[in-house]
Amino acid sequence: MSPVVRISRASLAFGSRTLWSGLDLDVEPGEFVAVLGPNGSGKTSLLKVLLGLQPLSAGTYSVRSDRPVGYVPQQRAMQEALTLRGIDLVGLGLDGHRWGTGLRGMRERRHRVAEAIEAVGAQSYARSPVGRLSGGEQQRLRVAQALVGEPDVLLCDEPLLSLDLAHQRAVSALIDARRREAGTAVLFVTHEINPILSYVDRMLYLVEGRFRVGKPDEVMNSQTLSELYRTRIEVLRVGGQIHVAGAQSALCEDEPHHLDERVS
Amino acid sequence: MDKFFDFGLTGQLLGLSFVQTALLAAAVLGLVAGLLGPLIVMRRMSFAVHGTAELAFTGAAGALLLGVGLEYGALAGAVIAALLLGLLGGRESERDSVIGAILSFGLGLGVLLLWFYPGRAANKFGILVGQIVSIEPTNLIVLIGAAVVVLLVLAVIYRPLLFASVDPHVAAARGVPARLLSVVFAVLVGVATALGVQIVGALLVVALMVTPAAAAARLTANPWLATVLAVVFAETAALGGIILSLAPGAPVSAFVTAISFLIYLVCRLVAYRRGRAVKVTAREAAPADLVQHHQHL
Repeated sequence: MSPVVRISRASLAFGSRTLWSGLDLDVEPGEFVAVLGPNGSGKTSLLKVLLGLQPLSAGTYSVRSDRPVGYVPQQRAMQEALTLRGIDLVGLGLDGHRWGTGLRGMRERRHRVAEAIEAVGAQSYARSPVGRLSGGEQQRLRVAQALVGEPDVLLCDEPLLSLDLAHQRAVSALIDARRREAGTAVLFVTHEINPILSYVDRMLYLVEGRFRVGKPDEVMNSQTLSELYRTRIEVLRVGGQIHVAGAQSALCEDEPHHLDERVS
Repeated sequence: MDKFFDFGLTGQLLGLSFVQTALLAAAVLGLVAGLLGPLIVMRRMSFAVHGTAELAFTGAAGALLLGVGLEYGALAGAVIAALLLGLLGGRESERDSVIGAILSFGLGLGVLLLWFYPGRAANKFGILVGQIVSIEPTNLIVLIGAAVVVLLVLAVIYRPLLFASVDPHVAAARGVPARLLSVVFAVLVGVATALGVQIVGALLVVALMVTPAAAAARLTANPWLATVLAVVFAETAALGGIILSLAPGAPVSAFVTAISFLIYLVCRLVAYRRGRAVKVTAREAAPADLVQHHQHL
């Protein structure tokens, strides 16, 4: 199989600051690639490049997909009084970018939206105002919104941020199921490898312009991370989880990714 | 006071052609305002509507002075305002203050223009609070033409505009041109506002552009249903306001705004009572829900 996402000799710089350069990354259909790194390392910018919102400074990229690329954003607080239900949010994921009112083809649309909502188990609240749903419920709908168009490529920008552990697992499992069933290639930007560790085929770890691509074991070890961070890092494996000690401030520990810190 | 409920007189007046013209104009405005309203509320543009209306007033005052049709002046003023707001107020943090600055300048300029105008005071007052009985058949053609253009453009941009309004990040990721849409929509709102200036006046346009949609948003989260309700509410306020104003011969805008506000209050009350009912059911159902929740995780 040939890769659906192909990034070669790519660089991204803002003014004199280079986020990364000489980046090569091919993603095969059905492959789950995690993108990790501290804040400001250019993880989100990489997704923006692939979405066509950010031009590369050098190098090339291609996304081979007949249908629009799926995109799951960070969970953000939505206006509580917003005139929008879950099914409308998912429906916009299907054809919201097209001109016109969308009154034609309503039946087909309704059918596909209902299927996508069922696939993420959101039937019971799909007709409630989205602004009143919990962060976890909103993110499930976000996954349905990204997948309803049956994309060949799914880009996720910290979709687990601010979710509690149970919802982190549920949302990651949904994304994993999709790529196994439909061969969707997944690029998953995250601070936290553990919720998705069992799904990840390969990972891209970015630190201050340096990067490493490889299987989780090849990247998440003391030697590789110490080289990337240029300081002594201790990687411990405890019960199927990875814990990184040292350089905490540069890693993920300062990020609000626990339920009790969530902005409601 | 008994003139308020003189239905015989109301019936008589309804037979007059200028009253019928006024009703038709109000119906057209109600339709346009109702269709645009939910998007205005979603995009939090109430203040922008008010600001645009003040510049429509400035334009109308200029037209009065130059002896041109009011509707053209109002249209020019509102469209210029919309473009200014669309171009200068790109950043959300600045939008509020940009509107305030433009609005006050426009209103001051309008006052100056009116001071220069030597004609009747009623005409001056009319642009501020509406003067629907003065609408002539030629005005009506301009009004309907402008409304048709607004509705056609809205039909083309509706879906991506809704997407960019409610879900800007994902819409941008899908390539929806949010900036362009926001300027186009501001112009549509400007045109609709200019239509409203003739009927309810510059000061009170918000009663038809915003209040019905805000009321509808209290009742439903379904964008389509909210739009239908907003049209019904706007029509009720616009047509009902004119009919009620006939017998006492009072200003139309007083009745339009009163009906509009009454509908809003009723919708808030309904939503409040419904919200309480939902809370009670949720409390009773909570234990069962929790169990189910854990099972499917």
